[in-house]
Amino acid sequence: MRRSVSIASLAAALVLGTAGFGTGRKGSVASAQEKTSTMEVKIDNFSFGPVTLTVPVGATVTWTNRDDIPHTVVSTDDSKTFKSKVLDTDEKFSFTFSKAGTYPYFCSIHPKMTGKVIVQ
Amino acid sequence: MKGDSILDGGSVVTNMKRDMNPDELGIRRVLPESGWTQARSMAARTTPIPRHQSQPHVQILGGVLNSYSLSRISETSTADMMGELSFVQISDSHMGFNKPANPDVAGTLKAAVDKINALSGAPEFMLHTGDISHLSKPEEFDTVDQILKSATPKDVFYVPGEHDVLNDDGKQFLERYGKGSKGAGWYSFDKKGVHFIGLINVMNLKAGGLGTLGHDQLEWLEDDVRHLTHSTPIVVFAHIPLWSVYPEWGWGTEDSNQALAYLKKFGSVTVLNGHIHQTMQKVEGNVTFHTAASTAFPQPQPGKADSPGPMKVPAEQLRSVLGITDVNYIRGQHALAVVDSSLA
Repeated sequence: MRRSVSIASLAAALVLGTAGFGTGRKGSVASAQEKTSTMEVKIDNFSFGPVTLTVPVGATVTWTNRDDIPHTVVSTDDSKTFKSKVLDTDEKFSFTFSKAGTYPYFCSIHPKMTGKVIVQ
Repeated sequence: MKGDSILDGGSVVTNMKRDMNPDELGIRRVLPESGWTQARSMAARTTPIPRHQSQPHVQILGGVLNSYSLSRISETSTADMMGELSFVQISDSHMGFNKPANPDVAGTLKAAVDKINALSGAPEFMLHTGDISHLSKPEEFDTVDQILKSATPKDVFYVPGEHDVLNDDGKQFLERYGKGSKGAGWYSFDKKGVHFIGLINVMNLKAGGLGTLGHDQLEWLEDDVRHLTHSTPIVVFAHIPLWSVYPEWGWGTEDSNQALAYLKKFGSVTVLNGHIHQTMQKVEGNVTFHTAASTAFPQPQPGKADSPGPMKVPAEQLRSVLGITDVNYIRGQHALAVVDSSLA
C-alpha cells in the first residue's frame, strides 16, 4: 500500500509525523538522513550508545557492533519482542517498532549491558 | 617441602595479579619439590599464610573408597591409593577470534599444549573451563578438538563459556561435550578420592545480572555432595568466577553463595574458573578460588580500562600473558597446589 502513495504525500507525512518513514527516501533525503542518524545504536566498549533512544512509532532502529567481541540485542520482556542473532564485529541488527511503549533490552552474552528504546 | 604451597589454607585474601607487571604474569608454580623457588618468589608478594595441619591419612583413603566401586578397587595402583593427582586447567581458547589482540589463537593453543606436554609428571587429564570457541561455530570446536589431540593427557572435561552456547542455548555444546551430563550440562566425577564438579553459569542470563547457576542446578549440587565425607577434597570448575571479582563487568555469579553454602562442610574446596583472561586468586576459609589465564588473549585488570574487551599487548609480550594452570593434589595436604605457567 505505502509504495503506491505519491512522493508529495510521503514528504507531507514525513513533515507531519513518521507514518511514512522508511519508504520516503526519494521524498525527503535530508529528513531521512536526520532520522537515520538518531535511530542507530552503536555497541562500543561493552555498552549501548545511546543507552536510551527515543523514536517515533514505526521507526526502524539499527544496532551495530563496534567491539572486538560478539554481542546480542535481546528485549528483556518474557515474550522477547526482539532478539538478534549473535553480532560479530561490524555486524548489524535492525528492528521496526510498530507500537508505542518502552522496550528495555540487553546483551544476553554480557547481561550487564543494558539499554532502552522508547517508542512514542 | 610438602605443604609449602602459599595456597595451603588460611584466610588471607590475595590478589596477585594487581601488583604484577605484564611480563611477570602467569607464573605461579607451587610444586612440592621443584616449584619451591618460584613459589617463594610469589609468596614474597603476598601476606604469608599459616599452614594448616595435615589431615590424617585415613580421611583421604575414605575419599578413595567413596570414589571407586568395589570392582575397581583392585585396579587402583599404589599411586591411586596414595591419593596423588595432577591435572591441568586450560581456558578461554576462543577459537575463531582473529582481532589484533591475537590474530593466531590456534598457534597459542598449540603453545599451551606444548607447555602441558613439557610438564614434569604428566597430568592425568585436562579441564577446559569454557569459551572453547569464539562464536560457537562447528569448525571452531573442531579445530580445538584437533589441537588438543596432541596433548599427552587424553581425557578432557569441559564446561561451556558464554561463547560456546550462542544461538542454540547450548545444544551443540551438549552434543559434543556434555554426554551424560545433567540439565544444561552439569556433572560430577571422582578421581583418586577427589570429587570434581563441573557447573554451568552461562545460561539464561538475566538483564543487568551476573552469571547464574539456577535453582535446578543448585538442587542437584546439594544432592550430589550430600553423601560425601567432609574430608573429601572438592574441585569445582565453571566458566564465570564463582566469587565476586568485579560485578561491574559481570565478573561474578549471582547465586554462587548458595552453591558455596553446600560446600561449607568440606575441609578442602578448590574453585577453578576462567572468563576473565587473567590469573587471580582468593582464599576464604577452606575455599580457594582461582581464575586461569586464557590461551587466546588477555583482558584488563578490573576497572583498569573502559571495558573488559580484549587487551592488545606488544606481540612479543603476548605469550607472557597467556597460560595454563597445573593443579596438584598431594595426599595429606590441606589444599590443592595450583601452578600457573605462562606460554612465554
